[in-house]
Amino acid sequence: MSSKHTITVTVNGKSYERLVEARVTLADFLRNELDLTGTHLGCEHGVCGACTILLNGEAVRSCSLLAVQADGAELLTVEGLARGAELHPLQQAFQDQHALQCGFCTPGFLMTAYAFLKERPKPTETEVREAISGNLCRCTGYLPIVKAILQAAGKTTT
Amino acid sequence: MKPAPFEYFAPQAIDEALKLLQKYGEEAKVLAGGQSLMPLLSLRLARPAVIIDINRLRDLAFIRSEPDGGLRIGALARQRAVERSGQVATQCPLIAAAMPLIGHFQIRNRGTIGGSLAHADPAAELPAVSLTLEAEFVVRSTRGERAIAAKDFFLGYMTTAIEPSELLTEIRIPATRPRVGWAIEEVARRRGDFAMVGVVTLVELNGNDTCQNSRIVVFGAGEKPERVARAERLLCGKRTDEHALAEVAKAVTEDLDPVSDVHASAEYRKEVGGVLTRRALQNAFKRAQKETA
Repeated sequence: MSSKHTITVTVNGKSYERLVEARVTLADFLRNELDLTGTHLGCEHGVCGACTILLNGEAVRSCSLLAVQADGAELLTVEGLARGAELHPLQQAFQDQHALQCGFCTPGFLMTAYAFLKERPKPTETEVREAISGNLCRCTGYLPIVKAILQAAGKTTT
Repeated sequence: MKPAPFEYFAPQAIDEALKLLQKYGEEAKVLAGGQSLMPLLSLRLARPAVIIDINRLRDLAFIRSEPDGGLRIGALARQRAVERSGQVATQCPLIAAAMPLIGHFQIRNRGTIGGSLAHADPAAELPAVSLTLEAEFVVRSTRGERAIAAKDFFLGYMTTAIEPSELLTEIRIPATRPRVGWAIEEVARRRGDFAMVGVVTLVELNGNDTCQNSRIVVFGAGEKPERVARAERLLCGKRTDEHALAEVAKAVTEDLDPVSDVHASAEYRKEVGGVLTRRALQNAFKRAQKETA
């Protein structure tokens, strides 16, 4: 026995209304209902950070929320970062610093870094390291990611 | 890795939530920040028939200072809000210091104070901190309200004194006494992970910097956070010298009876419990000595 609910969410500035089963996570809703597959699912239990998005301006794990809970919320996903063909400075910095290889964890890192830099525009390297401590990367390694975030924050990197 | 089906309710008022709890009792699970419950649902370690989502009960998201210096925190206050609260930093710096140890900032953006306490993970920081501070838990049902002392609240592994028809609504923290110092220390595999073992201490000094009252709480080493009574007694009447602290640390190591699991062996937990006790006490003494009577 499951319940269905009609929800309205704004994702990357666009409004959507959908009927969803209560048990559907926000991450699955974004991917399967809205076809926004930029949000990735790694562990699906709140450990890896790959599914990080912004909910009303705050970084959250979309696997650890139900879609029904997002009713009325404003969401930002990785698809909302670039302006047309122009990459967001964070995305450009990730490219410049080779901060991705397979790219699986990248959306989560970008959204985590986006939320973090909004709150702390001029962070120290230590602060950057702490900010991304809840996101796992299994191939690139964290050093280029730290450099990319510092680059996006306007700090010189070597 | 997907939750099993359930009925979902998102009450707009506390009374409505209590009626639902009364009706569904053990069939229902309360969903607050979801940082523990959602993984349990996804892994199907929990399969409740009913989910009662309390996130719309904004009345429970408060942080309030009391005239006597105490603090009241609504169960739905987000951990991030508590972490950033000036009131908490001033009136209960131990809580402020514990917050960054909980998960990661994305988790604290959603995770609530009440959720962590009601979930009662033995390796979590907040249950140990609330036991150290002798906090009080306010729970409500359709029959009324009652307050439970921290020492009676945590019953065992992920088990509390909250009845199925009750909702945790508020945590009350008594005012800090003068000349009290505190510290929290833990060892985790990664920053933000659950502690393999952790220690929370509180010392109250008299005029000549001698300990007259102390609390030593170990977490992550048993089914629930526990005070180590013998170590607390040993510390009474002591000043902060290496010999005294080593003796207290040894008592903690001896009295712990932890389990071995994939994260750490029992022997390791016992040893580290002692080491962390010594470190925590050194910091707690330092803080207490700075406080004036």
